[in-house]
Amino acid sequence: MHLGLIAAIVLPRRGRRRTPSEDADGELVARLRAGEEQAFLALVERHNASMLRIAGSLVSSSAIAEEVVQDTWLAVLRGIDGFAGRSAFRTWLLRILVNRATSTGMRERRSVAVGDAGPVVDRARFDASGAWMSPPQHWVEEAEERMLAQGLAQQIHAALGELPALQREVVLLRDVDGLSGAEVCEVLEISEANQRVLLHRGRSRLRQALEDELGGS
Amino acid sequence: MFWNRAELACQEMVELVTDYLEGALTRSQRRRFEAHLAGCENCTEYLRQMRATIRLTGSLHAGDMTPAMREELTELYRRWRAEGD
Repeated sequence: MHLGLIAAIVLPRRGRRRTPSEDADGELVARLRAGEEQAFLALVERHNASMLRIAGSLVSSSAIAEEVVQDTWLAVLRGIDGFAGRSAFRTWLLRILVNRATSTGMRERRSVAVGDAGPVVDRARFDASGAWMSPPQHWVEEAEERMLAQGLAQQIHAALGELPALQREVVLLRDVDGLSGAEVCEVLEISEANQRVLLHRGRSRLRQALEDELGGS
Repeated sequence: MFWNRAELACQEMVELVTDYLEGALTRSQRRRFEAHLAGCENCTEYLRQMRATIRLTGSLHAGDMTPAMREELTELYRRWRAEGD
């Protein structure tokens, strides 16, 4: 089976058909507890792709990522009766996943520096007073159009792939999967302040990548 | 930091964009951020681009599950059920 990061991420959300997986997690969890196989598969359908993305950014190969994801689902099945519902199911699930991925030992995440040093926009683009000398050129509409035509997703994906791991994880969880800042902190076990720094650096780099792609300076 | 200076420079603005969008600035910091924006077309454009970047990133979405994956996880479920019996 092919579960690479690229395959998992390039399809725009528009036009996606509604599936049973759109059902709320809470209801599915209740049905899973009642022993319903379909409920399990619906949860899988709903969360598997983000799990693969996140695992993929933490371990060294997609084969290992798949293993970690399967492992996580098994842990979910074994632990579902003990899941207290104090946090959202997704937060609980992703936290199991991240713990498993990191304990697989592929990367020591805790030692990764929060931010790479330096400004998010090249210093040379400002004059001595800090005012724009080489200001951003307008490209927003063009970007939206190219995204609809599916031409831009690959570039964004590639730029995501080049982010330092923690920045990528934060951006994936926050901007692709739509977790709240607080949920991201819980899943990755980082502080709010660190989460914001990582998010800032990650988003800023993605913006720069779009600017590089779409012209401007 | 640079909050004690009279005006924010563009170079400082670009470092504050996420705190601004995340609602992490104090009210007075927010006012100063917005005061700069009001007089600076370049920073307004930069903010517009950051918002677009977030929107575009958010429109990436997971592909559907492959049948093989579905099958493997169905099996995983059935093995787990059998385990419990």
